[in-house]
Amino acid sequence: MIKPKKEKFSIIGKPMPKIEGFEKANGSALYTDDLMLPNMLIGKILRSPHPHAIIKKIDTSKAEALAGVKAVMVGAELPELYGVLPASQDETALAIDKVRYIGDSVAAVAAIDEATAEKACNLIEVEYEILKPCLTIEDGFREDLPKIHAFTKTANVMKEVHQEFGDVEVGFKEAEFVMENEYFFEGNTHVPLEPHCALAQWGADGRMTIWSSTQTPHYLHVALSNVLKIPRSHIRVIKPHIGAGYGGKSEPFALEFCSALLSKKTGRPVKILYTREEVFYAHRGRQPMKMILKTGHRKDGSITAIHMQTFLDGGSFGSYGLVTTYYSGVFLTLPYKVPRYKFDAYRIYTNKPAGGPKRGHGAVQPRFAMECQMDKVAEKLGVDPIELRLRNTVEPNTMTINSFRITSCGIKECLERTRDKSNWNFKFKEFKSPNGKIMRKGIGVAASTYISGAGKSIIWNEMPHSGVQIKIDRGGGVAVFCGASDIGQGSDSMLAYVAAEVLGVEVSDVHICQTDTHLTPVDLGSYSSRVTFMAGNACIQAAERIKEMVFEMASQKLGVPTSDLDCGKRLVFSKSDPNKFMNFVEAANMAESKYGTIGAIGSYKPPKIGGSYKGAGAGPSPSYTFSTHIAEITLDIETGVVTVDKIWSAHDCGRALNPVIVEGQIEGSVYMGVGEALFEEHIFYKNGAHRNPSILEYKIPTILDTPEIESIIVESIDPEGPFGAKEAGEGPLHAAIPAIANAIYNAIGVRMDSTPFTPDKILKAMEEKELSSGGSEKSTKKNRDIGAKKLVKELSVSN
Amino acid sequence: MKALIGLDVNDDRYDIAVEGNRTLLEALRYDCKLTGSKQGCDMGDCGACTVMIDGVPVTSCITLAMECVGKKILTVEGIAKTARPHPLQVAWNNHGASQCGYCTPGFMIVGKWLLDHNPKPTEDEIKQALSGNICRCTGYTKIISAMKEASEIMQKSKSLE
Repeated sequence: MIKPKKEKFSIIGKPMPKIEGFEKANGSALYTDDLMLPNMLIGKILRSPHPHAIIKKIDTSKAEALAGVKAVMVGAELPELYGVLPASQDETALAIDKVRYIGDSVAAVAAIDEATAEKACNLIEVEYEILKPCLTIEDGFREDLPKIHAFTKTANVMKEVHQEFGDVEVGFKEAEFVMENEYFFEGNTHVPLEPHCALAQWGADGRMTIWSSTQTPHYLHVALSNVLKIPRSHIRVIKPHIGAGYGGKSEPFALEFCSALLSKKTGRPVKILYTREEVFYAHRGRQPMKMILKTGHRKDGSITAIHMQTFLDGGSFGSYGLVTTYYSGVFLTLPYKVPRYKFDAYRIYTNKPAGGPKRGHGAVQPRFAMECQMDKVAEKLGVDPIELRLRNTVEPNTMTINSFRITSCGIKECLERTRDKSNWNFKFKEFKSPNGKIMRKGIGVAASTYISGAGKSIIWNEMPHSGVQIKIDRGGGVAVFCGASDIGQGSDSMLAYVAAEVLGVEVSDVHICQTDTHLTPVDLGSYSSRVTFMAGNACIQAAERIKEMVFEMASQKLGVPTSDLDCGKRLVFSKSDPNKFMNFVEAANMAESKYGTIGAIGSYKPPKIGGSYKGAGAGPSPSYTFSTHIAEITLDIETGVVTVDKIWSAHDCGRALNPVIVEGQIEGSVYMGVGEALFEEHIFYKNGAHRNPSILEYKIPTILDTPEIESIIVESIDPEGPFGAKEAGEGPLHAAIPAIANAIYNAIGVRMDSTPFTPDKILKAMEEKELSSGGSEKSTKKNRDIGAKKLVKELSVSN
Repeated sequence: MKALIGLDVNDDRYDIAVEGNRTLLEALRYDCKLTGSKQGCDMGDCGACTVMIDGVPVTSCITLAMECVGKKILTVEGIAKTARPHPLQVAWNNHGASQCGYCTPGFMIVGKWLLDHNPKPTEDEIKQALSGNICRCTGYTKIISAMKEASEIMQKSKSLE
């Protein structure tokens, strides 16, 4: 473990612009579709109109005969299976024997332009034999439906997980009361503004370069080599700027294999850019999840046992699904003390686009269930929901029942600071008391936890998870080479801050070489919130090694021991004698004279952590982050429309290396959570067709739908994080959704146990509540009519 | 059959050959090689392709290139008149208002349009003006701060003139 030797920082912790800020603001930042090569062709993919069908025959002759078409490919040309997880290889570049969802990739074309490629796709004749589709979690257990993948043992059940720590039955017996509820989390998707794009150039020498909008260039590198059957050393993956991903670009996609093979076939560069509709088919987003949560409690609210059952609607392929299945349960042993825990999970294959990792991967849905449950427990006990949480939170430097090692932990501070900032103590009681107003205020709280990187690599091996090389040029410029993928979260800037801080140079002296598998050492990719923690530590190590050489020279020149040296503002200086200093570049030049070219390497590998039970590899992280959200809402009881007025979000990020970027991650996470809570849903007709594959129909929050967000940074200074930092990119999403659900309860006394909290669901729940409490059907119907009229009026005004 | 047209973009003339169904966005990106304007949805929903035509923000992905002959087009590349960044770009950089940055070119155009017409907008006016542009990364908070700062910078530089 390399510890930074500094206590006072000149860069770390200060608000700083991102290194590519101007480039992005003036339109010069290059994204994959901005790259155009001479002689380039455009590729298009033909997609399936059926959710489940056998491909009997594909005739590409008419397409091939069309003027301007340079190559056509079908699935049989790339038969090798792939999948981002080694244990879940169930995809091919294009469908071979059968199609598995409406939108599945069937054939691909390269032509002189997009219009010709599209025309050619329409000329490809495919003969299908239609099979019955499996479209729901319930369908997945039916033995009478055809299997989507031949290898599943039970119907279309892709994966089962069963874990038990301690005897939960004992725990439920010990409990004063046991609560069991069913929850449902609707599927939703990332919608990165940049559609997926890949540009491949197969050289005459048989070596291939691909530029791709990928969050995981390393795993793409591996998969391309396996599928295309060429050595990995002959493939170069370059990641230009990416128009974000949020998990939606974390694995190989059809367009990367197809652009590569089409380039090989034509000897010309081939670019494929997905349409927005195709992005909805590529998906890999939040998986619909049914959850049955049983918790046992003592009178003081402490937990005696939890039993969680989850059912995941996984879509047509594995993707990261094995991990998602584990993640749907393993994190419920946090952030509250849980002495006994049982977890059963099932992931189902369905004939829909494959689900995968969306920001907060697999843990967002069970967190919703758990935090709603905690609110119900507080209600039952008559305890303030924040007080209940404070009583039960895990402590720093402890171990959970499923062997997760907790080091730094700022959950208490998160709860207290959001409580105080939001004036919770007053509002919670005030809003709860019923009043006759139409616009009802409500306030709700939720807490959550997430990992700072997975403790295990996807491809298990002994190699580091992140590597950094640093080179110093003769003018004092610092070049940092790292395979970490900046997808907008600011990881390139993070590397620059860290290198500049350690070496005492300015951020502008640091040049970051963006991910390029020919040039940059492997970093596993931008997933599981791992980059700051792992690449940050690797960068500190490399920079410290450079500093050692530079300090050795400065020590000789200045005549002081290295222990007396420090650096900053491009100087190396004596801490005890301010008259003794020299330029960083001069010391670096001296080091170059002595050692030859100045370069150093650094790497990071997580410590050996986690238990030894089956599935123990899922969940351990070198560090965990903690969040608390408080949501204040206004609910119109006539229309059922919820307006989120404000969210206070406290996040324990260890140390904010740059508070502006951390705030940005918190705000973006909250925003995405609000969308998931209020209206986002990735849904399908009964025939398997996507209901809303466009940005217009799949509603995402605009600036007018987004609440005021107050981000509160909590710094627990992690003992192993770079300068004490942990993640901030995913953790602050989870709690937004249950906080809003709990605020709805606070406002009108109805529970929202399924997402999203749409007006029709809210009105229906209000009706049911009124009926069960003796209200008449007439009066609820009257309310609904008023609401409908009001909405029509509002709509006609805004039009 | 392609037709030769001339487009006036950022005060430069581009003579290009386009089909009748070529969108302005395609013409800008692929024919004029001005790739700053981005394609996000191709349906006018996201605002990443927004450019100014004769002083009015328009989604270029649903505008035909041929319709723009004889009009003045401004793209993100033309926001700063010199090598010095425009106040909006300075403010965006200061506030970290770009994360992935894919939506930023559209925000620059609408932001400029707003500040040109309303130099001191209120927060509500900022939100109304930017409501046609989607940012999926930032939660808009930093964008609102950046708009306010850009307005202040522009006020200051005006008072210096």
